[in-house]
Amino acid sequence: MNKRPFSFHVDVDAFMPASEEDKAYMVQMRPSSTFFKDGVKRLLKNKVATISFIIIVLITLSAIFIPMFYPYSYDSMLGVRPGKSVDASYNNLRPFEYGKTEQQRIEAGENIFPHIFGTDAQGRDYFIRVVYGTRISMAVGFFASLIVLVIGMTVGSIAGYCGGKVDLIIMRIVDMIYSLPDMLMVILLSSVLKVTLGPVIDGTVLAKIGSNIISLFVVFGILYWVSMSRLIRGQILSLREQEYVLAAQATGAKAGWIIRKHLIPNCISVVIISTALQIPNAIFTESYLSFLGLGVNAPMPSLGSLASEALNGLASYPFRLVIPAIVISLIVLSLNLFGDGLRDAFDPKLNV
Amino acid sequence: MNSKTAFYILKRLVLALLTVWVVITVTFFVMRAVPGGPFASEKALSEAATAALEAKYGMDKPLMEQYATYLKDVVTKFDFGPSLTQRGRNVIDIIVDGMSVSIKLGLTAAFAALIIGVVLGALAALRRNSIPDKIIMVITTAFVSMPSFIMGSLLLVLFAIKLRILPANGVAQGGLILPVVTLALYPMAYITRLTRSSMLDVLGQDYIRTARAKGVSGKDIIFGHALKNSLIPVITYFGPMLAYIVTGSLVVEQIFAVPGIGRAFVNSITGRDYPLIMGTTIVLAVLIVVMNLVSDILYKVVDPRITLE
Repeated sequence: MNKRPFSFHVDVDAFMPASEEDKAYMVQMRPSSTFFKDGVKRLLKNKVATISFIIIVLITLSAIFIPMFYPYSYDSMLGVRPGKSVDASYNNLRPFEYGKTEQQRIEAGENIFPHIFGTDAQGRDYFIRVVYGTRISMAVGFFASLIVLVIGMTVGSIAGYCGGKVDLIIMRIVDMIYSLPDMLMVILLSSVLKVTLGPVIDGTVLAKIGSNIISLFVVFGILYWVSMSRLIRGQILSLREQEYVLAAQATGAKAGWIIRKHLIPNCISVVIISTALQIPNAIFTESYLSFLGLGVNAPMPSLGSLASEALNGLASYPFRLVIPAIVISLIVLSLNLFGDGLRDAFDPKLNV
Repeated sequence: MNSKTAFYILKRLVLALLTVWVVITVTFFVMRAVPGGPFASEKALSEAATAALEAKYGMDKPLMEQYATYLKDVVTKFDFGPSLTQRGRNVIDIIVDGMSVSIKLGLTAAFAALIIGVVLGALAALRRNSIPDKIIMVITTAFVSMPSFIMGSLLLVLFAIKLRILPANGVAQGGLILPVVTLALYPMAYITRLTRSSMLDVLGQDYIRTARAKGVSGKDIIFGHALKNSLIPVITYFGPMLAYIVTGSLVVEQIFAVPGIGRAFVNSITGRDYPLIMGTTIVLAVLIVVMNLVSDILYKVVDPRITLE
């Protein structure tokens, strides 16, 4: 112990070899954590992001599985029976109401699955249409983002890797497309592609998906890759110049090691986050186009086209608008909040 | 203004002109690529009649010649040709008619969004983490993630059908209130969040502390130092806001039956009125490109600290 606290003499005790106890004190007892584990931990601490994630999973699962065992299908008009005239009592049912023949069967003691949200103007069960519309909107959002990711990543890494003239030309094209008013171009292109694509894909597998959705994908592939490629190019350019890359090179690391251990982990989180934030954008665009009548082909529903159809009977059946409206807002909101949470948790530059 | 700023402005001008040219070219060739041409939607026409129509609209000439004529007419005379569905009317007349309504709608919405957004954002920043701040943030988050057509339809249901206090039709007395509110809510929410975060940033700066230490009154700090500087990022939002209002007005005018340019555009798509589609696309695109240009240049000119690329 130092008896003279104000002395400038060096405390000799501090230079003695450490005892076993001291050593044990210094050992960190928690297991080593990876970047991914750290990120997940931070993400789980963020309540808003976790709740949003649960909502997204619930909506996705119900969009996938409910149509499998639900007794009605999205395109069968319940009032239409082969060989009989159309039973109009099935059209425009309110929630938990039944058609005429169903009413008779219930009186006879049969159990009939209720129409939870009623039926639409053509006698189709509205609940399953909303579920199916959710499925389509989510699928469109997911695949459109995937297309954007693939094209943007390819072009961006080519520009970043090659540099020089290739980079210059690619980036001027990107600037060009970036300054185009995107929504107007989307509307213009999809209104034309809708007409031109129909005969081209007729008879192929693509015809099942419908010309409108394909044209939506094409439009996304043409217009929306630019911000992704800008992002990836910037990432590659800045990562190449980082000190730790230089340090790794100086200590003799091979190129493969640097790419695997330094470039990819630092790049991938940014890419995943911006893809996650692209999905609500795509869902938004799809529903907007569907609302204008440029979305999915009838009788396939999407959340936007359901909202658009609901405008016709708005005065009597406002719930038909409110339901898809709530679903779209919920999906877009929770995807956005989850994407923000992902960014906070996984972007290493933000949590210094 | 130094030579660097001038060069930047020149560069942006060239890019803007190039963008407008690309828009015109793309719309022209995309429209010509439609199978059967614009007369395919008409009732079965005899070949002679189709030929006569094509001759009348100059569509029997080679494609490049048509393109050159179109480009020349658009640039020199603002002439987009005649409308196909509204007989006897030129596209430019329809656009001008629609614009007079849409500009009123859009400008009102933009100003409302700007004023309310800045006030709410500044309030939220000054009373950070208080209950009003939290309420403002929750509401704006909800508004930001709601598509305009959903917002418009819900407002229509609530105020025009359930409560019956505002008309659903845009031409009626007071009919522009609901469309303006619909268009303004999203930019308002966005501006609120933008102002809040930049105001918080500014309030943490050294010069605010210096002003406080010198004994400047709270009012003078807020209006003389904080607000002025925190409004700079809001300028960058002018361009995107206009783009949002333009695309939003396409559906909002449809929902509320406002006879503006947005409705003309949507109707031209469903009616396959190709000259009208091209005309409105080009006019709206030019509007957006110019507004983006203005807001970018303004941003650089207002804040001398911003480095020019």
